Amino acid sequence: MLRYLIRRLLLTIPVLLGVATLVFALIHLVPGDPAQSMLGEGASSEEVAQLRHSLGLDRPLLTQYRTFMVGLVKGDLGLSFRYGTPVTREIRDRLFRTMQLAVAAMGVAILIAIPLGIAAAVFRGTAIDHAAMTLALAGISMPNFWLGPLLAILFAVYLGWLPVSGTGGPANLVLPAVTLGAALAAILARMTRASLLEELRELYVLAARARGLSRLRAVVRHAFRNSLIPVVTIIGLQFGAVLTGTIITETIFAWPGVGRLLIQAINFRDYPLVQGCILFISLTYVMMNLITDLTYGILDPRIRYD
Amino acid sequence: MIRVGLIVVLVAVFAAVVGPTLTPYDPAAQELARRLEGPSLAHPFGLDELGRDILSRLLSGARISLLVGLAVVSVSSFFGMFLGSIAGYFGGVVDDAVSRVVDVLMAFPGILLAIALVAVLGPSLTNVVLALSIIGWVGYARLVRSQALRAREFEFVQAARALGAGAPRILVRHVLPTALPAVVVQATLGMAGAIIAEASLSFLGLGVQPPTPSWGTMLDAGRSHLFDAPHLTIFPGLAIAILVLGFNFLGDGLRDRVDPKLAR
Repeated sequence: MLRYLIRRLLLTIPVLLGVATLVFALIHLVPGDPAQSMLGEGASSEEVAQLRHSLGLDRPLLTQYRTFMVGLVKGDLGLSFRYGTPVTREIRDRLFRTMQLAVAAMGVAILIAIPLGIAAAVFRGTAIDHAAMTLALAGISMPNFWLGPLLAILFAVYLGWLPVSGTGGPANLVLPAVTLGAALAAILARMTRASLLEELRELYVLAARARGLSRLRAVVRHAFRNSLIPVVTIIGLQFGAVLTGTIITETIFAWPGVGRLLIQAINFRDYPLVQGCILFISLTYVMMNLITDLTYGILDPRIRYD
Repeated sequence: MIRVGLIVVLVAVFAAVVGPTLTPYDPAAQELARRLEGPSLAHPFGLDELGRDILSRLLSGARISLLVGLAVVSVSSFFGMFLGSIAGYFGGVVDDAVSRVVDVLMAFPGILLAIALVAVLGPSLTNVVLALSIIGWVGYARLVRSQALRAREFEFVQAARALGAGAPRILVRHVLPTALPAVVVQATLGMAGAIIAEASLSFLGLGVQPPTPSWGTMLDAGRSHLFDAPHLTIFPGLAIAILVLGFNFLGDGLRDRVDPKLAR
C-alpha cells in the first residue's frame, strides 16, 4: 500500500509540473503585449513599461518561469491587476463559497442518483426503470447554462419559492446546487444502475438469496456495497466537472465563488488572477483524482496495491 | 435510438442549410417597438431584446453550432489520429513525448483550458475552434494509440512490413483503418461535446460575438429577461438540448453497432 502510495504520488509530480508550466505559458500567449492589453489602447508607453515591470514581463523568460514556480511552491501567485491584492487572497476569500456550492451539488446528486439507480436496477425493465433512465438522459443532455435559468424561471419567477441570486441564506443555495448537481446525478444514476445490475448477477448475491435473505436485503447488504466502487470512482473523477461547472453556475446565480471570480478576471483582463484561478481549479482536480485512486482500496478489499 | 439520433441530426443539418432562406425575417433585422414580444403566429418563438425574430436567429445559430462542431471534430480527430498512431506504432521516445502531453492536457478538467485559451487569445469564432481543438485531439490520440499498439502486432501489419512497406503506408493503409470505427463513434459524441462547449463559451461571453447569432449568446441575452421574457431562454436552450441529445443518441447507437459487447 505504502509503495503504491509513493509511486502514485511521484507520478503526480510531472503532471503537476506540466499543468503549472502550461498555466505559466498562458500569459505569454496573449497576442501582442499583455501589459498593453490589460491597460487598453489609451495607455501611455510609461504606464505600459511600469506594468510590464511590475508583472515581471521585462525579465528573461527563464527567470520569470523560475520566479513563478518558486512563488507557486510558496503559495505566492502574484498580485491581482484589478484589486492590487495577492491573487491567493482573492481566491481564498471565495474558496468557501465555491466549496459550499460544489459539496451541496454533489450532495444533491448523490441523494437523487443513488435511490434512482437502485430503483432502476431492482425494477429492471419496468416502467420505474424506464422513467428513471429517461430522467437521467434528460439530465445529461441539459446543459447547466439552460437548466439554471429554467429553474430560476419556474421556482423564482413563477412560483416565487426561492431567491434567484445572492447568498443570503440556505434557500439561496438550492437552485445553484440543483443546477450544478443535475448532470452528475444523471451520470451517477446510470452508473449505479449498471454497476448494481452487474453485482446482482454475482454468485454471492445468489448465495445470500439462497440463505433466505430477502431480495431487498441481498441488494442493500451485499450487492450495493460492491457496486459502489465504480460509483465512488465516478464521484471522485466528476469532482473536476463539478468544479468547472461552478464557473457557469456561479455566473448564472451571481454566486461569489472562484468560478465567477475567474470570469470577472477574464473580463478585466486581470491575467495574474486568471492564471491563479485556472491553476487553483486544475490543481484541485489533479489532487481529487489522486485521492479517488487511493480510496478504491478502502471500499473494496479485493483491490491490493502491490 | 440510432434512428432517432440520425433523424434529429439530419433535420438540424437541413434546418441549418435551408432554414435561413425559408424564414421571411432577416436574423439581424430589428423591430425595436416590438422587443421581447412573446410567441405569435407571425413569430412562433417570439422576438428578442432587440426585436429580432428568434426562430430566424435559431436557424442561423444552428449553422454556427454545426460548423464549430464539424471544424473542432475535423481538426482534433486529424491531429489526434496522427499523433496517436505514431505514438502507438513507434513507441519509445515518441510515445513518451505524446503520452506526457496527453497526461498534462487530461489533467485540466472539462473546458477549463478552453476558457483559459480563449481568455488570453480573445473571444472569436476562430479562437473557440482553436481552443476546443487543442483540448479535443487528446481523446482521439489515446484511442488511436491503443489501437495502433495492438495493430502493430497483427500478422497483416507484420506482413506489410516484411514486404517492405514504409511506416507512413502501414499507418495509413493498415493501422488507421482498424481504429476508424472507434474514431467515428468518438467524433459523433465529440460533435455533441463541441456544440455544448461552444454554447458554454458564448454564454460566458468568450465565444461568438454579437451580432452573430449563436445559441449560447442568445441564452446569455435571455438571462437579463428571465422575469419579463422567458421565451428568450426557453427556445435556444431547447435547440441545444435536442441537437446534443441527437448526436448522443447517434454516437451511442453507433458504438453499440461497432462494439456489440457494449450494448446494454
